[in-house]
Amino acid sequence: MSPSTRRQFLVHGTRAAGLVAAGALGCDSRRPQAGFLGLMERVNERVQRALFDPRRLAPELPEEDESDADDFPAYKIAREYPVAPAGWTLSVKGLVARPLQLSLGDLQRLPMTQTRVRHHCVEGWSAVAAWQGVRLSEVARLAGVDARARYVEFRSFEPGYFSSWDVESALHPQTILAYGMGGELLATEYGAPLRLYSAVKLGYKMVKYLSEVTFLPVRTGGYWEDQGYEWFAGV
Amino acid sequence: MSRAPERDGRVAQPTIIRITHWANVVLFTIMAGSGLRILLAYPWLGARGEDYGWYPLQGVRPPMALTLGGWLAGARHWHFAFAWLFVANAVVYLVYLFASGEWRRRLFWPPRDARNAWDTVLHDLRLRRTAPASVGLYNGMQRLTYTGVLATAPLLVLSGLAVLAPVQLPRLTALLGGYDFARAVHLLVLVALALFTVVHVLQVLLHPRTMVDMTIGGRAPKEAAP
Repeated sequence: MSPSTRRQFLVHGTRAAGLVAAGALGCDSRRPQAGFLGLMERVNERVQRALFDPRRLAPELPEEDESDADDFPAYKIAREYPVAPAGWTLSVKGLVARPLQLSLGDLQRLPMTQTRVRHHCVEGWSAVAAWQGVRLSEVARLAGVDARARYVEFRSFEPGYFSSWDVESALHPQTILAYGMGGELLATEYGAPLRLYSAVKLGYKMVKYLSEVTFLPVRTGGYWEDQGYEWFAGV
Repeated sequence: MSRAPERDGRVAQPTIIRITHWANVVLFTIMAGSGLRILLAYPWLGARGEDYGWYPLQGVRPPMALTLGGWLAGARHWHFAFAWLFVANAVVYLVYLFASGEWRRRLFWPPRDARNAWDTVLHDLRLRRTAPASVGLYNGMQRLTYTGVLATAPLLVLSGLAVLAPVQLPRLTALLGGYDFARAVHLLVLVALALFTVVHVLQVLLHPRTMVDMTIGGRAPKEAAP
């Protein structure tokens, strides 16, 4: 190599290494919501929100597409499955004209919706089950949700287990408060007595063992989101 | 054994091609490493209870040494952050490739390259004694391979989008055979491109001059008059 090509080689090499270092500096795998990775999560949230069409429905699948019961994973965040407290009710509150306390019987008397769509887990697997329940938009209508409510927080009776959603995804017609799975009352392993189910979010956004729905002007975090998983998580 | 090809004064690898090439090395490594870390969370293909029988590596976890991002959420953030840079870099390359006319001496053009590529295959299989000469910058087999990579790479992006937003992009997802099949396509295209990269790196080690050209430009060999 002649001296001039060697110099050029060094200049180009140093410049490339510098760019890589600058990019990597803003990236911390343990804190993915900070720095460059966090900035890009917010960019991606904007894109996902722009892509989200509140009227677009996920295909409802035929019964033969349902996964075997053994193939749909049960769900708990603690060592043991939580058990609903005696006298469990769902409270609907926040920016609503009429806060509600709904028993399982109250929910079952509301118009029933079934949804059987592909379930997408953050881990990469998919499975199909039929879920029976009440559209969250129906409950929101009964409670008289205020126009200032831009976010919805879902909280479990399992301590520390919650998630918050954009109101558009929460009021999607395939977002339901599910008390049934496969035509039977929800089993403990799947979030009894009531869980969130939706066609438009990854599974970790669907809070199981549900006890509170709060309409809010601001977003909060979530059990998984606060650990570093994406907040929007649309599919 | 062979005399040095005459060089015609034209830059073998123009600046934009060199920059986008090396940027792609970094970005593709980040995408592949974070992608493998995401795969590690569920290393099966096919919906639950319907594992694809044709996939030989069901349940095989990619080695941690090949992964990036540390854990699932970390890897997802790397993957979806750098996907933009990966695609942007590819767009710069493609726009330059076509706007500059570089595509003429790089893409596979059967009248020029088909026979040459076939002769290269015969030579590599020891069925032909002499290697066919390069036609200009590359030989026919190189052009066929690089064009194949360029033709395959969009499938990587499209299948990724289908896996990311199967409900919001229903037509794309259906075109790719549904969420689970798109996820398989996403991995298989990565495997194909990784195999290409292995061969590519071996060839570069055999012909180190190409690495120098890709870094500082170099001079292109003279294209024989047809």
